[in-house]
Amino acid sequence: MNAVKKLLGYVWMLMAPALICFLVYQAVEKISAASEIQRANVALQWVIILLVFTPICVGFFIFGKYASSNEYAHLPESSNEIE
Amino acid sequence: MIQEKKQSGIAFVIGASSVGTLIEWYDFYIFGMLATIISKQFFPADAGTAALLSTLAIFAAGFIVRPFGALVFGRLGDLIGRKHTFLLTLVIMGGSTFAIGLVPGYATIGWAAPILVLILRLLQGLALGGEYGGAATYVAEHAPQGQRGFWTSWIQTTATLGLFLALGVIIFIRSSQGVEKFSAEWGGWRYPFWISLLLVGVSILIRMRMSESPMFSKLKTEGKTSVNPLKESFGHKGNFKMVLLALFGAVMGQGVVWYTGQFYAQSFIETVCKVEFIQSRNLMLWAILMATPCFVLFGWLSDKVGRKWIMLIGMLAAVLTYRPIYKQFLSLTSAKNRIEKIDLAKTTVSEPKVVTDAKEATKIYVIQTFDTAYTDGAHFKYIKTDTLHLTAAYDANLKIDALNPSLVVSKSVKPNVVIEKTMDDATYWNLIWLVFIQIVYVTMVYGPIAAFLVEMFPTKIRYTSMSLPYHIGNGVFGGLVPFLGTLIVEFTKSPESPMGDALAGLWYPIGVASVCLIIGVFYLSNKIDKNVMD
Repeated sequence: MNAVKKLLGYVWMLMAPALICFLVYQAVEKISAASEIQRANVALQWVIILLVFTPICVGFFIFGKYASSNEYAHLPESSNEIE
Repeated sequence: MIQEKKQSGIAFVIGASSVGTLIEWYDFYIFGMLATIISKQFFPADAGTAALLSTLAIFAAGFIVRPFGALVFGRLGDLIGRKHTFLLTLVIMGGSTFAIGLVPGYATIGWAAPILVLILRLLQGLALGGEYGGAATYVAEHAPQGQRGFWTSWIQTTATLGLFLALGVIIFIRSSQGVEKFSAEWGGWRYPFWISLLLVGVSILIRMRMSESPMFSKLKTEGKTSVNPLKESFGHKGNFKMVLLALFGAVMGQGVVWYTGQFYAQSFIETVCKVEFIQSRNLMLWAILMATPCFVLFGWLSDKVGRKWIMLIGMLAAVLTYRPIYKQFLSLTSAKNRIEKIDLAKTTVSEPKVVTDAKEATKIYVIQTFDTAYTDGAHFKYIKTDTLHLTAAYDANLKIDALNPSLVVSKSVKPNVVIEKTMDDATYWNLIWLVFIQIVYVTMVYGPIAAFLVEMFPTKIRYTSMSLPYHIGNGVFGGLVPFLGTLIVEFTKSPESPMGDALAGLWYPIGVASVCLIIGVFYLSNKIDKNVMD
């Protein structure tokens, strides 16, 4: 099980930047395809999406890093193990 | 005797916490439910789409600030205590909701209107971010050992019951006032906001009688409370990795399942399936009412079999069945599978009604209604509006049929058609059943999650640590389901397929829930933490 957790950790680490790249690509494509009148609205939508999801993707990358270094091999059973 | 006293004590704790949380959800939802009217009242009248988008942006902003509220009030709750913090969030929420109902429209105060509404909406989001973590922590810290899932599940019902209350109040006022009065600048749509003041007042009085959480009081007496909850929650690797696990392995999936089952379903039934306003809301009310007891059922069950698998089975069911369920929505409400009545009532065409544009006297709108009845009892109403530009001002005494064609400069190539479908009884109950199934998924993922989160973190930083993943999962991942779902459908539109793929929006919740499911299966533990005192 720990080997799977570790392996999946690398998947999450790859997924996080891939997701940011995908969102940036989509943002550029949709904003440039929008008509003159709609452009401001479309840009606003994508700025919101990017601003919100970029830190989440960073968190997802860190999660993957922890998983790949077997940090989740054993989950704490009391608060003393967390602190 | 002692046992009975304990039970009545916990019942008061649950009741007092739940009423306040329910009212906060109610406050938060009425804004979203009245988004269309709000966009008309607070944004320039001649820019319908822009106004709606602006409101959606405010709606999203309301969700996006929720994680910030979690940090601000979570920190406060771990420093000064749970009771005073969630009392404060209630005051902020009630005050800002009431104030939204007092802001004059764009027609009266111009751009000050949307700016004020945006600020108040942000305050609402901030308050909600602080409320839930406090209430869940407070209840869990009072709950007897082995019954944490059961008792916290009552708090879990509040979000859905808040939605129920908001829907009920809006439908009641709209039905008793009529659409026109309800939608006017100082019309009935403002009443749900004003009612909030009364509800919050009662809730504050109840909450003032509550005592501080016994676990937090003990920590405080021993001088063991956290000095810097933010640093201890997110700066220490041991706790931060659990915050990330809670977010990506549980709350992220729970958030999208919650919002898809309750908000996306309603929006889909109304805007894609075109089911009539009151009927689409009534069917939501029935489904919510029937499914709500399942929150308590799954909370109780999680005390017996663990939290993990109940939540993950709920997510799996959602991933596998969302597309078939929504496909069924489309099929049930389609005209294709119906037979038109072969009698006088087959299709009734109304007399054309003419409305003159308020700004241009030479611009008129010709409105005509086509009512089609079907053998199964359903009837679909098509309201067609043609825009005509005339060479001279329209003479109100003239019938539109008698209008000389030479007077018309231009006519809209594509008339605006609004469809309102009233379903027959059998279809109506089938729709309720399909929404009910989705809300049962919601109860599976949401019922046990408060106990699950409480057990993950130490008492001294519990409020902060559980609030942030909860509000990112629900506020960001969940709250953006309608927004991103609509956006994805927009992407599928093309000249060949102007309507796009109506089911494409589901790929967002399905994708997020799938990733969360995999993480949950491999990384989460099903063990119940018996001691949350540490």
